[in-house]
Amino acid sequence: MCAVPAQIRLPIPALLLALASLLAVPGPARADADTEEVRWRALRAELFGDRDIADGTGVIALEAPDRAHDAAIVPVAIRAAFPQRADRYVKSVTLLIDMNPAPVAGRFHFTPASGVVDVDTRVRVNTYTHVRAVAETDDGSLYMVSRYVKASGGCSAPAGKDPEAALARLGRMKLRQAPVTDFGKPHPAQLLISHPNSTGMQMDQITRHYVPAHFIRTVNVTYRGEPVLRVESDISLSEDPSIRFHYLPRGPGELSVEVTDSKGGAYRGAWQVAGGDS
Amino acid sequence: MSSPGPAAWSAGTAARRLRRLRRVAVVVLLLAPVAAGRADAPPVLTPVADGVYVHVGPHGEASEHNLGAFANVGVIVGERSVAVIDTGGSRRFGERLRAAIRGITDLPVSHVINTHVHPDHVLGNAAFSGAGARFVGHHKLPQALARRAPFYLDSFARLVGPAFEGTRAVAPDLLVEDTLEIDLGGRRLTLTAYPTAHTDNDLSVLDHESGTLFAGDLLFMERLPVVDGSLRGWLAVLARLRAEPAGAVRQVVPGHGPASAPWPAALDDEERYLRLLLEDTRAAVARDAGIEAAIRAVAPGERGHWLLFDDNHPRNVTASYTELEWE
Repeated sequence: MCAVPAQIRLPIPALLLALASLLAVPGPARADADTEEVRWRALRAELFGDRDIADGTGVIALEAPDRAHDAAIVPVAIRAAFPQRADRYVKSVTLLIDMNPAPVAGRFHFTPASGVVDVDTRVRVNTYTHVRAVAETDDGSLYMVSRYVKASGGCSAPAGKDPEAALARLGRMKLRQAPVTDFGKPHPAQLLISHPNSTGMQMDQITRHYVPAHFIRTVNVTYRGEPVLRVESDISLSEDPSIRFHYLPRGPGELSVEVTDSKGGAYRGAWQVAGGDS
Repeated sequence: MSSPGPAAWSAGTAARRLRRLRRVAVVVLLLAPVAAGRADAPPVLTPVADGVYVHVGPHGEASEHNLGAFANVGVIVGERSVAVIDTGGSRRFGERLRAAIRGITDLPVSHVINTHVHPDHVLGNAAFSGAGARFVGHHKLPQALARRAPFYLDSFARLVGPAFEGTRAVAPDLLVEDTLEIDLGGRRLTLTAYPTAHTDNDLSVLDHESGTLFAGDLLFMERLPVVDGSLRGWLAVLARLRAEPAGAVRQVVPGHGPASAPWPAALDDEERYLRLLLEDTRAAVARDAGIEAAIRAVAPGERGHWLLFDDNHPRNVTASYTELEWE
């Protein structure tokens, strides 16, 4: 039985320092292939050391649009080719957006209780970039798939169509899911968290200061007390983060969510899953 | 996607108008270099009522040819002074607008009114600064400018080029909480601030003498509406506009589209699109379609009715989807 690690800090400050000199000026153009390659090699060394990373085709799939319609809300999906079973499962998937100021968009940790790795979220994309999913299976192997996404300005675009309304609902959560009719079968649920997830790259013209970064650091989902999904995230998740995931309902019980953010905010939500016999 | 009878009729009209517009667009494109050669010519102010003028913004995105000024701009002349409604997308355009106003009246500009935060409506303000005019806007315009102006200034500087030099954001110093009356001398204007609709800082201007309503971007005609506030809020504001007392409004100046249009039929196309956007997106959210699938499934029949549909419709669906999934 795999337990989700209680606390893993992403090496983001280190990454930012290491990569600051490589930071591309956000703009519509693509960085040259050499710059992209250098950046990926640095990222890879930082996150995975000298471990082998195999081609993930047939193990994991990554969906993302070739060209983003809205660079601040780019839908991405990560789907494993096999269900989560105690004898073979995906332990984690690292979602990388190479050229973003904070390239690690999120680390998603799974357990057999996740049922299947089938996750949708929305990210900011700041410039033309490779987007990668690196999966680690329970035996410690790494598999990678990637897509090239054309987008620009997703991190510096002003957030918020209605900031007053957004502030009023800060931390509010909504779980969208169909009623569970088939216990024992992976069931999809979409978690919405009202949060600016601000990047620290959006400037306030009056104060001439950047709006301080304020973003979700962790999302922890349990079902009947058992870990289902743990996400460590950063500024690359879109405003009002959405995470659509799966879990394995084995009977009536509580699906509970704990969220922490970069300013020490903590938010909780709990939903009863009813119906059927356990 | 079927529409009810009257909407279908109006869709047919829109399609015919769009075909005409496309022919015009081709001619405009061919003439663009010529127009650029005469770039110092003042903008044309078309009279739409006695003392009321409109500069019709060319459809398109910001460029060196249009100086970022692709929205409609209004001028209302009273007995004592002049009100300007929106100022285009650069200081250079604002200066040309001032020159054009000099061509019709010697009265001073007392009020520069911004209908909302978007750059094609506010970035000409600096041309009117320091000459005694009040800058008027929705009470949420200052904070919207604070958050967005740096981003807009960057992107318009790239698109407009060297002619953008000297452009800066000028925030309003007279704020409208709910409504505000302005008297230009024998000419009364009512400014109305709305709850979140096209943006969270939309303002309209009604000239009582001529019954002309300047709707800002609460009304798009010909060019696809852009949802940058709240889809449900916008539909609510349209319903409120339709309920204006009979006779108070006789014609409307859209933020984008012709110089003026008959009231209230001018609202029909936009309302039809926004309603379809609401209904189809709501259905997509209900079946958990996801944003990418929703973009393909929502209001595809509207494609032939609007300019810039492919550029802006996917973003509208994205904005609507992320709004409606909280219902």
